[in-house]
Amino acid sequence: MTNNQAKLMQGNEACLEGAIAAGMRFFAGYPITPSTEIAEGASERLPMVGGKFIQMEDEIGSMAAVIGASLAGLKAMTATSGPGMSLKLENIGYASLTEIPCVIVNVQRGGPSTGLPTSPAQADIMQARWGAHGDHPSIVLYPASVSEAYSVTVTAFNLAEKYRMPVILLMDEVMGHMRERVVLPDAKDLQIVNREKASVPPEEYLPYKADPDGGVPEMPAFGEGYRYHVTGLIHSENGFPTTDAKKTATLLNRLMKKIDNNLDDIVKYQEDSLDDAKIVLIAYGSTARSAKSAMDMAREQGIPVGLFRPITIWPFAEDKVKEIAGKAEKIIVPEMNLGQYRSEIERAVAGKCEVIGINRADGEIITPEDIYEKIKGVL
Amino acid sequence: MSSTEIRLSGSGGQGLLLCGIILAEAAILDGKNAVQTQSYGPEARGGASKSEVIISDGDIYYPKVRKPDIFLALTQEAYDKYVGSISKEGIIIADQSVEVSDVKCAKIYCLPILDTAKNDVGRIMVANIVALGTINEITSLVSPEALERAVLNRVPKGTEELNRKALVAGKEICNNK
Repeated sequence: MTNNQAKLMQGNEACLEGAIAAGMRFFAGYPITPSTEIAEGASERLPMVGGKFIQMEDEIGSMAAVIGASLAGLKAMTATSGPGMSLKLENIGYASLTEIPCVIVNVQRGGPSTGLPTSPAQADIMQARWGAHGDHPSIVLYPASVSEAYSVTVTAFNLAEKYRMPVILLMDEVMGHMRERVVLPDAKDLQIVNREKASVPPEEYLPYKADPDGGVPEMPAFGEGYRYHVTGLIHSENGFPTTDAKKTATLLNRLMKKIDNNLDDIVKYQEDSLDDAKIVLIAYGSTARSAKSAMDMAREQGIPVGLFRPITIWPFAEDKVKEIAGKAEKIIVPEMNLGQYRSEIERAVAGKCEVIGINRADGEIITPEDIYEKIKGVL
Repeated sequence: MSSTEIRLSGSGGQGLLLCGIILAEAAILDGKNAVQTQSYGPEARGGASKSEVIISDGDIYYPKVRKPDIFLALTQEAYDKYVGSISKEGIIIADQSVEVSDVKCAKIYCLPILDTAKNDVGRIMVANIVALGTINEITSLVSPEALERAVLNRVPKGTEELNRKALVAGKEICNNK
């Protein structure tokens, strides 16, 4: 295992380094446990690579600054936890409708409200999908190791740029603060996606002109000579507000289809020992690590258990979950909330097999033993 | 596949987080796998705090310590709070100020870690490094070379001699016993 490049790194630190490797050159934030190391690190690292860090007056301002920086052409990110996420939602909705690429990191802690500042939780799963009001697409990713905190952050930026939308990266206190041995890839080996710039001269440019079937409009940076209007009101191709029902439907339809037409590109997951599994664990983030240990314990006892780990939380890996439900007898969903993802899994499974939750919302991590005991209990 | 679980506990501000980081980094220098986690309350100083390390030759999934093979306690509060789950084959290393209870484990060492840092090395703040010297002398968790390198990689410039001295002092209190 000896490797000169192997080092001990924290999840929050790896997330920041992944962001910088992806090309992030602007960070605005307001520190909050357990995400603070990301902002702290950004304040030190960004000036070294020609980037800008701003600590804003609050989370609302941070999100607004990130949107502004992205419009001006920079890859931009903010990081927070539940209470800050609640405040950012208004502007995340704005970024959704105005199609402004950016990455929002939520290192989850116990909630609701200011909740349990130093304890882990996974209870912002539904907020990440539906926190901003109105029908809107979502991409939400969730790494499960320090090494993935790096690589999945790169993916978050790539998807944000490619589909022109805010991408939420979820972690939890354990993921954010855990330090682990990592060997990071060479920056030159990374695949980096950048937004499409305008292919027409300024006088011909229409800011929201795109194929109605899920097309992504071109995005020149403010300051490059392209003057256009950006509004949180429903707008037509020229960027100005409209209340026309047909144009409204076309816009919302296109926004949803950006995602729906590209599920294969966006939905990422890890399958482990599913082939012969009678019981399948579906887990994400730090809980997936407990699930993996529990699976190994069960396999040692000859119990055929598999693990399905969504890395993309939203859009939901519906087809894959349906396929699992067609083969497995039982699905167990451990999560540090009171059953948020389980409800979505139950909807997809539609009674084809039993779905059982293991839920904790008390600030404590679910242990491999908790899961193993449940496996034995449902045999 | 061998795996060792270590729990380092004491009071917030005693540098146990750094202690865990250094231990994990030393293990990585030795070519092993390591994970470090922590648990703390909202306070920056005081209270019982712990830092946990798992060192293994293979993959580590669940990152928290369940049954410590090695348990360090620098304060009574931390000892009382975290001793419960000690492995039956586990080793307890406690500061001599700690009144140890009757627990099932392989061995209990009560050593003057805090006094040694304060009086022999001259700075109470290096108690965490003294403890590292002590732990490694008793358990040979990592190679002495890797431990020294990991300590020197992490401590502030200008304090190398002080920390090297702390490491040696930690080692020596085991031999004086």
